[in-house]
Amino acid sequence: MQFMSRQKKLLPNSHTELYGQCLQFYGQPPLENIALSEFETFAVERLKLLKTVENLGVSYVKLSEQYTKKLDQESKNLNFPYRADADDRKSQSGPSEIEKRRKDHISHFILRLAYCQTEDLRRWFIQQEVDLFRYRFSYLSSKQKLEFLHKNNLQYDAISVEEKKALQDKLVNSSYAVSGITVEDQDFYKVPFQDALDLVRTRKVYLKAGYVYIPHQDIVTIILNDFRTRLSKALALTARSLPAVHSDERLQPLLNHLSHAYVGQDYSIQKNVGKISLEQIDSLSGKSFPLCMRQLHQALRENHHLRHGGRMQYGLFLKGIGLSLEQALQFWRSEFIRGKVDADKFDKAYAYSIRHMFGKEGKRTDYTPYSCMKVILSNPPSQGDHHGCPFRHSDPELLKQKLQFYKVSPSGISQILELVKGMHYQLACQKYFELTHNIEDITFSLNHPNQYFVESQKVLGGGKDIKREMDTPQRSQENSGRGSAAAREAAAAANASQHLAEMTEELDSFFQDA
Amino acid sequence: MPSSDYDPASLPDLLPLYYRRLFPFSQYYRWLNYGGVQKNYFQNREFSFTLKDDIYVRYQSFTTQNELEKEMQKMNPYKIDIGAIYSHRPNQHNTVKSGTFQALEKELVFDIDMTDYDDVRSCCSAADICCKCWTLMTIAIRILDRALREDFGFQHLLWVYSGRRGVHCWVCDEAARKLSVAARSAVAEYLSLIKGGEETVKKVVLTDPIHPFIRESLAVVERYFPRYALQEQDILGRKESVDKVLSLVPEDILFTVYLWLQSLFLQATAKKGQYFEKEIMLQYCYPRLDVNVSKGVNHLLKSPFSVHPKTGRISVPINLKELDVFDPFAVPTISLICEELDRKKENNTESSGRSLAQKGKMVKTYYYKRTTLAKYVKYFDQFLDAMARSWKGELLRKSDLQKEF
Repeated sequence: MQFMSRQKKLLPNSHTELYGQCLQFYGQPPLENIALSEFETFAVERLKLLKTVENLGVSYVKLSEQYTKKLDQESKNLNFPYRADADDRKSQSGPSEIEKRRKDHISHFILRLAYCQTEDLRRWFIQQEVDLFRYRFSYLSSKQKLEFLHKNNLQYDAISVEEKKALQDKLVNSSYAVSGITVEDQDFYKVPFQDALDLVRTRKVYLKAGYVYIPHQDIVTIILNDFRTRLSKALALTARSLPAVHSDERLQPLLNHLSHAYVGQDYSIQKNVGKISLEQIDSLSGKSFPLCMRQLHQALRENHHLRHGGRMQYGLFLKGIGLSLEQALQFWRSEFIRGKVDADKFDKAYAYSIRHMFGKEGKRTDYTPYSCMKVILSNPPSQGDHHGCPFRHSDPELLKQKLQFYKVSPSGISQILELVKGMHYQLACQKYFELTHNIEDITFSLNHPNQYFVESQKVLGGGKDIKREMDTPQRSQENSGRGSAAAREAAAAANASQHLAEMTEELDSFFQDA
Repeated sequence: MPSSDYDPASLPDLLPLYYRRLFPFSQYYRWLNYGGVQKNYFQNREFSFTLKDDIYVRYQSFTTQNELEKEMQKMNPYKIDIGAIYSHRPNQHNTVKSGTFQALEKELVFDIDMTDYDDVRSCCSAADICCKCWTLMTIAIRILDRALREDFGFQHLLWVYSGRRGVHCWVCDEAARKLSVAARSAVAEYLSLIKGGEETVKKVVLTDPIHPFIRESLAVVERYFPRYALQEQDILGRKESVDKVLSLVPEDILFTVYLWLQSLFLQATAKKGQYFEKEIMLQYCYPRLDVNVSKGVNHLLKSPFSVHPKTGRISVPINLKELDVFDPFAVPTISLICEELDRKKENNTESSGRSLAQKGKMVKTYYYKRTTLAKYVKYFDQFLDAMARSWKGELLRKSDLQKEF
């Protein structure tokens, strides 16, 4: 790199200055040289950490006791920092706190390279990094929090005592956490609402004339927002300098592998196209569709219509199970015509969006079927909608009736409802799978409706073809070809490529177990 | 009533007259140019037109008011939508390097559609509206207008009748136009209380403490509720709607509910922790927004003064000072105002000819002033005057910064 003279100054002893705080905004990239093996190890371990953050976030309430305990454990195992006072005095073996922070710093920037390329990757990376940050921030004392604020140039004004008094009732009624005592004891800050979107979105704060009034204790949400924005901007910038990075043959295979490993199959590459006929869909919907798609299919048959959210979720799912564009057009058209839409209107208004889904219009993006995470977390259904995740979005009473109608046993239903109550929506869906397929314990971890379908077909015996195609590991075919060739070429020594191969195997097995 | 004379088949004949004589181009341009404070603001704005036979064209843009007029008079669009201000001229977007053509700014908008209330109105459904359920729009406007002004600090709000079954709100403050997607979605969610689709019975759940925003909104609903729900919608008058109301009430007090309900609504007292009567009122009356409309910076929304092809009504701005007496059925249709124009023309041909000759020069005639459209354009003018005061301030500030004397 370029700053040769400067590098001399950045010797290990200045690490103490760089890494003085446990937590950072990752504003400055690391400027030192590191060995390729360290590069690889750091990246893979941070990815494991982020994957854990993701899984814990789905299974537990964030920052609950179980959540933090498990994340503490994982951070310890992987040698990442998580608490300023953790273990520094106690540990005799293993890396020091400074070394952990350095690893944290470097690994973050490496993963930026891998995760800046598409909207989906960025969104995932930002989400996990924000959650990780929130978890670590919760360990800071109030003094440390204030220090952090000032160090990162977030100067917000505190309101006067008189104003606090005048607004006391409103402040108390705006937030569950704010009592009369809070108002008296703590400073309240006036922050422009654009800097506190999470609080505004959930209406957990008092908002007046475009400013939110935040007690000192809640400053964390502001910081998270700031972190998210900065990271988002940084990723966009990183994406632009990516060609330069990819020209380094040592890095390219690893970065490619990293970015494909996070999500497993995204069902974007159509397999089994045309193997499913339209006549099969009705029966398949009862046997092999997850509940969300079954519900959408039923609503479509009953109303001969689905609103946009439903069309997207269901339409992309059908694409994922192998419907071709022609089949999809025929399918939607024949159903809509039975309703209020005539053939002409369909061709004008709806056919366009179906072709769009298949990447034949507009940006020509080939949209990928929604994962469970996406269905659960984005675009909640409103009046007239049937999309979403039934375990997340349906009234428990109605969900119960629906399961009864689909002949799920009463004990099964109550197990499912328990899981729903604990917000374990994907586990509830897995339970539904087990009950409807009459098997005890499924071997996969459900995170995608199309995965449900594929696994169901496997169980029901349709599976030989499908199983063969499932065996190609979790990377797209072109990249695996490129990756291995590049690795072979680029590896200066035989052991470098062997190391990479070992690590990719390790990564694969890690994610398959997850 | 003349408005019932509107026939969609006559649009091809009426539209040319509308765009030549009646569409308020200079006010329209004045609005979208925003005082010229930002360079190329008007030029980079996307418009989309729906032409005859449902032909839809996007990425229309214009360099001047004159160009806009000429194009619209040439194309006679059935519908006009306004989109975002982009990084480059939309009509040149194909020449721009892929990825660099981006939507930068747009007004913050809201769309309230009466069909979203179908589960709680008994008088109409789908695209129909009547004066009884129009009260829902009045309530929606009052609640949202207050919140956007008092809570968010926005000042320049334009409420527009959509022409058939709803209203739109355009928040034109500079801060609003610059909001990110995340910010727009946060604002929309702050304003949302109705959660749940077909599968949810109870769509409003209130817990302690009741946020000031909810209190303020409830105050508005309570003002309208007794007359609206109990009389106009008659929710206790028929078994099905009574059952619907009852399904929202917790089981353990069901046995006293029937006798209790009416007095509860009117008293609006709340037992600590038991907010079901407030929740019921809100479920019936609180505004239902489509968050997706508000979220997107590049989302296209029907333009004010556009014609609604099915009803013929002009999308006119609504004067909030006269909100309680606003009658969607009194909004002029394109056939009405064209007819009014013809009538006036016949009466005035002599006198206008004389004045032209006397003055010896072309006097710009604002034909819309001869029609029912006049008062809506006048109100739009007042809205623009208020905004203009802020543009002046901006321009002064900018010239100060550049040290222009």
